[in-house]
Amino acid sequence: MSEFHLEPKPSGAIQKAAEQSVPVTGTEPSGFFTQLKGFWVTFSTMFKKPNTIEYPEVKPEVAPRFHGRHQLNRYEDGLEKCIGCELCAWACPADAIYVEGENNTEGNQISPGERHAKVYQINYLRCIFCGLCIEACPTRALTMTNEYEIADDTRQKLIWEKEDLLAPLRAGMLMPPHPMYPESDHHNYYRNEIKESHPSQETKAGGQN
Amino acid sequence: MNNASIILDDPTWVIVAKGVLVFALCVVLTLLSVWGERRIVARMQMRMGPNRVGPFGLIQALADGVKLALKEDIIPAAADRAVFVIAPIISVTTCFMAFAVIPLTGEVNFFGEQTIMQLTDLPVGVLYVLATASIGVYGIVLAGWSSGSTYPLLGGLRSSAQVISYEIAMGLSFVGVFIYAGSMSTGDIIAAQSTWWNVVVLFPSFAIYVISMVGETNRAPFDLAEAEGELVGGFHTEYSSLKFALFFLAEYVNIIAVSALATTLFLGGPSAPPGLGFTSAWLGGWFSFIWFFLKVLAFFFFFVWLRGTLPRLRYDQFMKFGWKVLIPVNIAWILVVATLRLLTQQGASQFVIAGFTGAVVLAVLGAMTIYDRSKIKTEERANQVEPMPEPSFPVPALPTSLALKEKEGN
Repeated sequence: MSEFHLEPKPSGAIQKAAEQSVPVTGTEPSGFFTQLKGFWVTFSTMFKKPNTIEYPEVKPEVAPRFHGRHQLNRYEDGLEKCIGCELCAWACPADAIYVEGENNTEGNQISPGERHAKVYQINYLRCIFCGLCIEACPTRALTMTNEYEIADDTRQKLIWEKEDLLAPLRAGMLMPPHPMYPESDHHNYYRNEIKESHPSQETKAGGQN
Repeated sequence: MNNASIILDDPTWVIVAKGVLVFALCVVLTLLSVWGERRIVARMQMRMGPNRVGPFGLIQALADGVKLALKEDIIPAAADRAVFVIAPIISVTTCFMAFAVIPLTGEVNFFGEQTIMQLTDLPVGVLYVLATASIGVYGIVLAGWSSGSTYPLLGGLRSSAQVISYEIAMGLSFVGVFIYAGSMSTGDIIAAQSTWWNVVVLFPSFAIYVISMVGETNRAPFDLAEAEGELVGGFHTEYSSLKFALFFLAEYVNIIAVSALATTLFLGGPSAPPGLGFTSAWLGGWFSFIWFFLKVLAFFFFFVWLRGTLPRLRYDQFMKFGWKVLIPVNIAWILVVATLRLLTQQGASQFVIAGFTGAVVLAVLGAMTIYDRSKIKTEERANQVEPMPEPSFPVPALPTSLALKEKEGN
């Protein structure tokens, strides 16, 4: 039998552990009074504070990286980061994201560079909050928030449109469409060199570079 | 004057009123006990339990009941319709019937009528309770069979086998009480406990009754009939709406009924605990109901405590325990009680009685020692490792730990 050892020879540490290991004894239950200990456990637990968080009244803090609902971010001048590439939709294992891209034109500059998302929908009936779409996004246009109260009562309401997902305009941001920052291209945007909007971008016609 | 003669002169309106009161008490207690059970078990598991509907969630059970009643009532196509409808009715009626012979109070003044809150006092009252419980099994087995489905059938069979088996142990544990009280009427049994409660005098009977009442009501840890992982919902899998609610009601009324019976047979029924006898005159005798109620609640808490603590038994362990432990122990105990009773009735001297008791104790200790020794021997035999024969063909190496053990052995 010994010449057919298929197992590698045990190292010193394993051998030592094996020697010291306590053999498994019979499955005989312990004594009668030991078994009654369980009754004391349940009885004493009755007087402990419950772990329950009473949700609608008390809203629990979630972890900073909690996978909540999505958000479509903007550059600091208000242009959208989403370029309508559909990588999020392709990455989605639940097929919850629908994107339709469109060219940016003079007079309709929504995002820096060539393309923007004309339609952007996330179906929260399908979304499993895995975050693969966030990993796939090349411009960090799509991220997840900590918001988790997205239950609703119709199927229609659970398909979130682009307007629902877009981040709100903060101070210094202008509502697109408007032209890109003067003397810059999408590389400047990508490198986060645009820190605020420029007065020349404030045009209703929009679109001139 | 015993209970029967006090009840005998009740006018019809008192009997009807008592019937309605007992029924109402059972239903209200069911609602409260469902809530209480859920709250207590929740606390044992560090949860809150139902606390939304009404103050402390008190009317949660009522809300659930209303919800059940409003749900769609489905009768499966394969079901035997008549039996399917009758089964829950049998189940629930028999549970309520058991309450008829249980005295809820001592002697009280009921709107000018001197009576006892007990519907009737049969000379064979306790046997009557056993009989109603047995008929209740029909509800279970018929429900399982008439559903026309596999799991309910298996669950129904299990339940009925379980209830019938544990009814034997239960019935035998009554025998000690009957011998001691010299009567089967609940009133007389309570009267016989005026000096010492039966829980002290007949402790083995009490212990066996408490175990078998859990088996009898299909409750955890003996809730094999409702082992979700194996049988879905057991016999009531195919039931919905009000018919399911009836089974639910039956289960809880049953718990209260066996608790009330335990109170009557072993804890002196509505009589006050020793040293508090003066309370029996309070509120014109109605205070005795509070004692009765507290005792029933204690049993109910025990039921919940068991459910919160013990895991479910395996079916064969359960049956083995019922037939090979509870019943033989019970029979031996009945022999002892009968002998002691006969000795005292025939005026045997204290010396003889003490000698007999000593002999019994010695015999029990001896039997336990022999049992322990034999168990140790079987263990030793099981622990002996047979050396493995050298195989004539190549085999992979043993895991390290086993290989070491073998080397030590050789």
